[in-house]
Amino acid sequence: MIDSSLQSKDPLEKSTKRIASGFRLPYWLNTFNVGLVMVVILLGLALLAPLLSPFDPNLQNIQDRLLAPDAQHWFGTDRFGRDLFSRVLYGARPTLILVSLVVILTVPIGLIVGICAGYFGGWTERVLMRMTDIVMSLPSLVIALALVSILGPGLMNGALALAFTSWPSFARQARTETLSIRRSDYLSAAKMQGITGWRLIIGHILPLVLPSAIVRAALNLGGIILAAAGLGFLGMGIQPPTAEWGSMVSSGSRVIFDQWWVAAVPGFAILFASLAFNLLGDGLRDKMDPRHDK
Amino acid sequence: MSVLELKDVSISHVQGLEKNTVVHDVNVSVKAGECFGLVGPSGCGKSTLLWVLAGLNPHWSGGIQLLDQPLKPGKVFSGELRRRVQMVFQDPYASLHPKHRLRRALSEPLKLLGYQDIDDRLSEGFKLVGLTENMIDRYPHQLSGGQRQRVAIIRALLLEPKLLLLDEPTSALDMSVQAEILNLLNELKAKRDLTMIMVSHDPEVVDYMCDHAVTMKAGRIDKETFYD
Amino acid sequence: MTNNSSLIQVENLHIGLEDGTELVKGIDFSMGRERVALVGESGSGKSLTARSLMGLLPASLHVQANRFELLGEAVLAYSQRQWLQLRGKQVSMVLQDPKYALNPSQNIGRQVEEPLVLHQSLAKKTRVEKVEHMLDAVGLPNPAKLRKLYPHQLSGGMGQRVMLAIALINDPQFLIADEPTSALDHAVRDQVLELIASLVEERNMGLLLISHDLQQVADYSERVLVMYQGQLIDQLPASQLSNATHPYTQTLWSCRPNIDKRGQALPVLDRGALATLTEGAAK
Repeated sequence: MIDSSLQSKDPLEKSTKRIASGFRLPYWLNTFNVGLVMVVILLGLALLAPLLSPFDPNLQNIQDRLLAPDAQHWFGTDRFGRDLFSRVLYGARPTLILVSLVVILTVPIGLIVGICAGYFGGWTERVLMRMTDIVMSLPSLVIALALVSILGPGLMNGALALAFTSWPSFARQARTETLSIRRSDYLSAAKMQGITGWRLIIGHILPLVLPSAIVRAALNLGGIILAAAGLGFLGMGIQPPTAEWGSMVSSGSRVIFDQWWVAAVPGFAILFASLAFNLLGDGLRDKMDPRHDK
Repeated sequence: MSVLELKDVSISHVQGLEKNTVVHDVNVSVKAGECFGLVGPSGCGKSTLLWVLAGLNPHWSGGIQLLDQPLKPGKVFSGELRRRVQMVFQDPYASLHPKHRLRRALSEPLKLLGYQDIDDRLSEGFKLVGLTENMIDRYPHQLSGGQRQRVAIIRALLLEPKLLLLDEPTSALDMSVQAEILNLLNELKAKRDLTMIMVSHDPEVVDYMCDHAVTMKAGRIDKETFYD
Repeated sequence: MTNNSSLIQVENLHIGLEDGTELVKGIDFSMGRERVALVGESGSGKSLTARSLMGLLPASLHVQANRFELLGEAVLAYSQRQWLQLRGKQVSMVLQDPKYALNPSQNIGRQVEEPLVLHQSLAKKTRVEKVEHMLDAVGLPNPAKLRKLYPHQLSGGMGQRVMLAIALINDPQFLIADEPTSALDHAVRDQVLELIASLVEERNMGLLLISHDLQQVADYSERVLVMYQGQLIDQLPASQLSNATHPYTQTLWSCRPNIDKRGQALPVLDRGALATLTEGAAK
C-alpha cells in the first residue's frame, strides 16, 4: 500500500525538481575536472616534447623564416625559421619548472611565517606581519626585475625573484587561520595533555592550515605563470635561444602586424597554462572548503 | 587533605591597555575525593575560574595551592602538575582534533610520557567508558555526541589525573545521553579515587553530582552549599 | 483531537536522502489549535519533521507523504513562492540560538518589523506602534529604546524574546519552536517556555514545541509525541507521562537528574532492547 502511494507521488516530485534546478551540466563537467585535464595535458606535452615535436626547436633555417601555419609547420615559423610548434612544446618546460620552484619556495616560507605570527602573537606577530606588509606593498614584477638584474638572468634567479614577492599572501592567510583555531578547544586540550611547541604547531595546527594553502598555491600559479612570462618578455628570464613563451612573444611582437602568429602562438600557450591552473585552483577550493560547498 | 586551596583569587581579561576583572576575591577549599560544583548563569565567571585551574589562563592574582603546589601567576603548568590536572570540555564536537583519528589523539600524550604499553592502556580506557575498541581508527566526526564525550573522558583519564575538571560536560548533549555520561562520571569517581570540579549552569545536575558547590554571581561567590 | 479545525494533517510522511537512506520513516500525526511537544534525541528526525512543515528542508532531501496538509492546504507541492506567502504570516518558527538567528547588522526594530513589511501594507507609524506593542507583549522592557538596539547588546533570553516577537507579529495560526531554550541559561529557560505557552494560548494558536528534554517541555504542552530513529513511537497526553507504558518514554521522563536521585544511577536507555522493539513496530 505504501509503495503504490509513493509511486503516485513520484512524477509530480520529479517534475517540480527539474523546473527548480533548471538546465544541469553532467556531473563530471566541473571546474576541477576541466582544470585537472588541462594541467595534465600541459604536463604531458612538456614531458613528451622531444617525442611530439617534429623539428629541433633551436634549428635555424633562414630560408623558411616567418612562414604562415601549414601542414609542415603547424604553427608557422619565427624570424629565424624555427618551427613554432616545437618551440611552444619545449617552452612549457622552463615555465613549469619555474612555477614549481616558486611554489616549493613560497608555500613553506609563508606557512612558517604565518603560523608563527598567529600562534605566538605579541611581538613575534607584530614583527613578522609588518615584514609581510612591507613585502606585500612592493610592486612584485618591478622588484623581481630589480632582483634579476642584480643576480643575473636565468631560471633559478627568476624563480627566487618571484618567490621573494609572492610568499606574503600565504603568510597572511596562514596567520588568519591560525588565529581562528588558536583558542579552539582541541588545541587547549592538546596543551593540557602536555603537547606544546613545534609538536603542536606541526602535528596539530599545520594539518588544518595546509589545505587552504594548497588551494591558494594552485590559484596563485596562474599569476606566477603570467609573471614568469613577463620576465621572459622583458629579457630577464631564460636567455635565448632556449625556447620560453615570454621571450617568444617578445620576439614575435616585432613582426606582429605582418606575421601575427609568431606572437599569438606562445601567447595562447600562456593563456592556456594560466587558465588551467586557475580552474584547478578554483575547483580545489570548491572541493576542500566547506564554505564554498553547494 | 585539600586538593585545591584558593585565597583571594581575582582573574582579569587584559584587552590592550584595559584590564577587566571578571572574578573577584574567591576563597574556596576543595577536599580530596570530592565532587565540587561551580554553578551560575553565563558570564558569572565560573568557566573563567575553571580555565585558570586548568592552567590555560595565567592572568590571575592571589594565592592558589593546587595538589600541594603553590602556583605562580603568569606561569604555565609543566611536568607532573600538567599531567595530574585534566579537563573534559563542554562541546565534544570542538574538543577533539578534526583531522586526527582517535588512536593518534589518545596515544600522542602517552608517547610523550614514554609509555610502552600504549595499546593496552587504550583498550582498557575504551572498556572503562563503555566504548567498543573497533572505534579506535575512526575520526571524531564519525562518532555521536555522547561517544565523543566518552572519548574526551578517556583522553583525560589516560594521564591518570588527580583532579578532573569538567566544563559543562553534558550541556551539549541530549538529556538521555546526559544521564549516561553522569552515571559514567560517578562510577569513575568511585573507582579511580578522583577529585572532580564541575562547572554547570544547571543546578539540578550539580545537586545530583556534587558533594560541595558554590553558586557564583557577577564574579563573586554568592552561596556555598555542602551536601551530605 | 480536541479541535476539529485541524491545523496539521500528516499521513505516512517519509523524508530521505537521495541515496535512499530514510531519516523519517513514515509517521502520521495531526494537531489542531493545541500545544504539542515533539520529543526525541538528536538524529531522531524531529527537527526534520518540523522543518518539512515550514518548507525549509534542503533540496537534497526527498519528502513524500500520502497526506501533508497545513491549514487545510496540501503544501507538499508548494513552490518557494507559495511558501513565502505562508511562512511568517500563517506559520512561523522560533529557532534554537538567537545569537545565530538574528542578523547582527540590523537593529531589533527593523528585524521585528520585517514580517509586517513583507506581508501587510501598513503605514510606517502603524508598523512602529505594532512593533513596540509586540516587544511589550513578549515581556521586554522599554520597547521604544529597545528597537534601536542591536542583537549583540541583548542577553540570550532577551534575544529569544525578540525571536518570538518576530515570529508572532503577523498573528500566525501556528508556531514551531525548535529547541527554543537549549542555548539559554537554565534559569531563563522556564521563563521563555512559559511565555511561549501563554502567548500561544492567548492567541488561540497551535504550537509544536521540539525538545530533547521531556520533563521540561511537559509542563508547557497538552500532548506529547515521542520520536526515535525516524519513527513516531509514542503519543500521549502530557498529564499521563508519569504513567507512560513505552520504555523509551519512561526513560526520557525519568532520566533528568535531581537532588532526590543522589547516590543512585540515573535510568538510561537500553538501546538494544529498544531496537528490537521499534523493528517490531515497523513490521
